[in-house]
Amino acid sequence: MTLQPSASPLSAGLPETPVTVPAEPQAPLPAARSPTALALRRGLHHGGFMIGAVILGVIVLAALAAPLIAPHDPYAQDVSRRLIPPIWNAKGSWDHVLGTDKLGRDYLSRLIYGSQISLLIGIAAACISGLIGTVLGICAGYFGGKVDALVSYVVTTRLAMPVVLVAFAMASLVGGSLKVVVLVLGLLLWDRFAVVTRAATRQIRDQDFVAAARAAGFSNARILFQEILPNIFNALIVVATLEMAHAILLEAALSFLGLGVQPPLPSWGLMIAEGKPYMFFQPWVITIPGVALLVLVLAINLLGDGLRDVTAPEGRR
Amino acid sequence: MLRFMIQRSLVAVAVAVTVSVASFLLLHLSGDLATAIAGPEATSTQIEAIRIQYGLNQPLLAQFTAWAWKALHLDFGNSFYFRESVVDLLASRMPITLFLGVVALAVALFVAIPLGVLAAVKRDTWIDRLALSVSVLGQAMPSFWFGLTLIMVFSVNLRWLPVSGNTTWKHFVLPAVALGYYAMPAVMRLTRNGMLEVLASDYVRTARAKGLPPRKILIRHALRNAVIPVIALAAVQFGFMLGGSIVIEAVFSLQGLGQLAWESIARNDFPVVQAIVLVLAMIYIALTLAADLLNAFLDPRLRQ
Repeated sequence: MTLQPSASPLSAGLPETPVTVPAEPQAPLPAARSPTALALRRGLHHGGFMIGAVILGVIVLAALAAPLIAPHDPYAQDVSRRLIPPIWNAKGSWDHVLGTDKLGRDYLSRLIYGSQISLLIGIAAACISGLIGTVLGICAGYFGGKVDALVSYVVTTRLAMPVVLVAFAMASLVGGSLKVVVLVLGLLLWDRFAVVTRAATRQIRDQDFVAAARAAGFSNARILFQEILPNIFNALIVVATLEMAHAILLEAALSFLGLGVQPPLPSWGLMIAEGKPYMFFQPWVITIPGVALLVLVLAINLLGDGLRDVTAPEGRR
Repeated sequence: MLRFMIQRSLVAVAVAVTVSVASFLLLHLSGDLATAIAGPEATSTQIEAIRIQYGLNQPLLAQFTAWAWKALHLDFGNSFYFRESVVDLLASRMPITLFLGVVALAVALFVAIPLGVLAAVKRDTWIDRLALSVSVLGQAMPSFWFGLTLIMVFSVNLRWLPVSGNTTWKHFVLPAVALGYYAMPAVMRLTRNGMLEVLASDYVRTARAKGLPPRKILIRHALRNAVIPVIALAAVQFGFMLGGSIVIEAVFSLQGLGQLAWESIARNDFPVVQAIVLVLAMIYIALTLAADLLNAFLDPRLRQ
């Protein structure tokens, strides 16, 4: 990490920062803002970050409030009202704003409940893989030497395994279900966590505050938890968003191929698979869940990219 | 250089052995293979019979050594479903997937590298922002849904290209685009960042000061150095694409390795699944090794 020259003050790039004239002559520096406040301030000025945060916020709210806002029961079948087109089609009806599927289930309600599945899979898989990857990465970065060589070897091995294929085979063997998909993805997607936390740890392990902690006789565990972990947390969060998006896309693909979440659960990937035979005459049956997936993953990625920008040291992009 | 080559090759072999152990263990520990093969209606005596027939009653280590020893001699046994040797089965499906992968990689590189260069040269203009938006969208697009959408637009509405199958080159256009689009964002970003770095370097400034034509500087001096890391990335992406072909081939009904893998997973045809996992891993390892060696050849600083 390089020190910035004094020509670039802390508030560079933020034109609206009011210049405060210090009352006391012995306080020539502007009041230091906490990194969190600074990141938040920058975030409000970062277009991608704001778009991602707002969209993701809406989806999370919809998922949490699903029982309140879903107009119908997502599992209620009505074969007499099957494959009704959405509202923008001439034959659409306000009763089913996004139409119905092949069994007459309300598409909007299934979409809202489906967001719960995607978010749950994304968060849970990112937590599991984040735990595995961070432990490996921090140890490799902090201890170096043989530990580092071993972890690097494990990561290389993991990268050589065709992850999609292995995930599909494992999910199929154990039997596709929500729990299995979360576990399989969590156990396979830790590589990027390990790579990034290793690099971040190496950057800070030789800094003075770590040396001070070591000199004070702190145990390795305490140094890792209290000194290293908080300082690589930003990098960790960025990877977590990217892996969350990755897990959501893989779950959709798994469910699309019939190896993931099983019917009648309203997984978006499953909705696309169920709509596939009808896509030539009712294209919206696959367009709607596909766009939902695209928007969710896009929002998470924008948020992740934005977080990387706003938490980066001043002057770096 | 020779020492570097030998060292890297030894690591590659070690990784290959570890991957085969790991994939074998993952499949065998994920569930009871005999029950899966026998199907849901089988009685316990039938399951026992299958266990003995396929040697699944042996200790795991014995099973692995037997499998690995045969695999070393390119013998992966027979498919449970096709009554055909796995090697023949793979050999007949492999060309389709490799062809798909090569075309997809070509599509990705031909779009991503010029776009990355353009974005770097026209930094912070609308071109740069457009290139970044395309890459952000590409990372968020579910590939199977993108494939289905391509079918709807180009096969059903415009009737330009066939829906599915693998008899003519036209059948490969849409799958290659769907698969290649997935690899594009990473290549684009790496090219852009590499170009930005190189364009700010001293030797490019010298070349400019000498009054060389801008196009010559861009291609001879800048691009040549900026694409070195792209080679390694392309190798990695090619490996990922072969793995991702399982989804794309299912969407387009291409009878390649991916389709075979999917069907074999659904049919519990484990000799085939295991062989495909191993073959894909070996291709990936070979590709990354080749890319490493090529990189070291091109950039002597990397041979430490």
